[in-house]
Amino acid sequence: MKWKETALVAGQEKIAEGIHSLWLQTEQIAEEAVPGQFLALYSQKDSRMLPRPISICETDGASGKVRVVYRVAGAGTEEFSRLQKGDRLDILGPLGNGFPLKKGRKAFLMGGGIGIPPMVQLAKELDCEMQIIAGYRDELFLTEELAACGPLYVATEDGSAGTKGNVMDAVREQGLTADLIYACGPKPMLRAVQAYAKERGIECYISMEERMACGIGACLACVCQSAKVDAHSQVKNKRVCKDGPVFLSTEVEL
Amino acid sequence: MTDTKVTLAGVELKNPVMTASGTFGSGAEYSEFYDLSALGAVVTKGVANVPWPGNPTPRIAETKSGMLNAIGLQNPGLDVFVKRDIPFLKQFDTKIVVNVCGKTIEDYCGVVERLSHEPVDLLEINVSCPNVKEGGIAFGQNPKALESITREVKKYARQPVIMKLSPNVTDITEMARAAEAGGADVLSLINTLTGMKIDIQRRTFALANRTGGLSGPAIKPVAVRMVWQTACAVKLPIIGMGGIASAEDALEFLLAGASAVAVGTANFADPFAAKKVAQGIEQYMKEQKVEDVKELIGAVR
Repeated sequence: MKWKETALVAGQEKIAEGIHSLWLQTEQIAEEAVPGQFLALYSQKDSRMLPRPISICETDGASGKVRVVYRVAGAGTEEFSRLQKGDRLDILGPLGNGFPLKKGRKAFLMGGGIGIPPMVQLAKELDCEMQIIAGYRDELFLTEELAACGPLYVATEDGSAGTKGNVMDAVREQGLTADLIYACGPKPMLRAVQAYAKERGIECYISMEERMACGIGACLACVCQSAKVDAHSQVKNKRVCKDGPVFLSTEVEL
Repeated sequence: MTDTKVTLAGVELKNPVMTASGTFGSGAEYSEFYDLSALGAVVTKGVANVPWPGNPTPRIAETKSGMLNAIGLQNPGLDVFVKRDIPFLKQFDTKIVVNVCGKTIEDYCGVVERLSHEPVDLLEINVSCPNVKEGGIAFGQNPKALESITREVKKYARQPVIMKLSPNVTDITEMARAAEAGGADVLSLINTLTGMKIDIQRRTFALANRTGGLSGPAIKPVAVRMVWQTACAVKLPIIGMGGIASAEDALEFLLAGASAVAVGTANFADPFAAKKVAQGIEQYMKEQKVEDVKELIGAVR
């Protein structure tokens, strides 16, 4: 079930340069959401028609709160970054499929940049031996939340913290192994993770991103290439917003 | 008693509000939010004889008060559409309008002929999509080609035929007259206006297709003007669309001469948009003491 709600802003803070953390009080969404799903956030300006899809970082079903952590990338997210406690925001969610929660496995939870936030709720709920690997450009964020759930390995592009390089460099440097992978991040990172999983025959779930309009699977704007003909589209296309954003790494072409 | 019923080529709609093709799929996704029986009709996304993969991504870009799209008529093809989408829509107390696309006249006629045996109320012929190289707009920018495809399609159609017009022409009335001469039963307008956005950070086109169709409130005044011109030029009923986001917007189109209206891009800004437009029209009628919505159609000349 998806809900359109006017959420109450419970609080917002800047947690790194250009990265904001927003807690929203919802009626149904927090309770319904599973790790890896996302919200559509609507601008209050009529001149910005399209909702912004933003992944869910954390939920607290008991209190009805949901947390999104996002990068200010344009005028829409800049508008959201100015929201303060007590403000209201129209949202739609929870959207997309989310990560399948496996049990008793040895898992990598890999996040790159603004792909890190969804790993927080996944790490909180996953019942596996977890190794959390977070790749940053330079400035770290959400490390406290992640480290609370399991061993955290950090990589930075500039080498200012952890392994110098990306998440795959951290895996190699630390000699980490897994039989299950969850990953979210920029396309080059996902390509590298996809290739790594294929080489070793590891079950791997990746969360994708694409420009969206409706957010619910109707407009066919946010498609990705699928390895086989998709049952819904009847072509080699899957809808990131509805069939994803999480896909088995073998079912999509990056 | 407020009468919101309108008639298009003998097909009675419970209210004048429809969905604009391509913005509503075949209704399944929006039916999770409200009962589609609230609408006069659901207009499906364009369907062709075989599945089409559509264009590469990015397929959309937001613009001020609007958006550009270049989906490229991705569709699952008629076989799956007939088995899956039409039975789905039959569950609702609303009229079914199937938007038909093709690359050649034979493609269009083939789809129309196969739909003649299906429980579909109206056919909308898409000769105005700006985002595909073959077919689509190739038929919609030349009056002779439009008249001839209209005539051919009419030979195979059992249901009334709506010809969907492109605004990317010098004189919309010339196109409207051509469709009328070819035997069209209804006209719908406007499709999107061809536009472009440049990404200044990446120094490239915002859309993979380079150009896309502009829709949303930004195009509404152009659409109202073209509906009014067309209503003055031809006798056919008109379905007006282009930037309708509220009942007030829809009423402008009705007053300009449209017998029905379609809500498109606004569905993305609010999944309840089409239903709210229908409710808002009824509300306006009550407030203004309008007993029959037909009193509003073309009231501004």
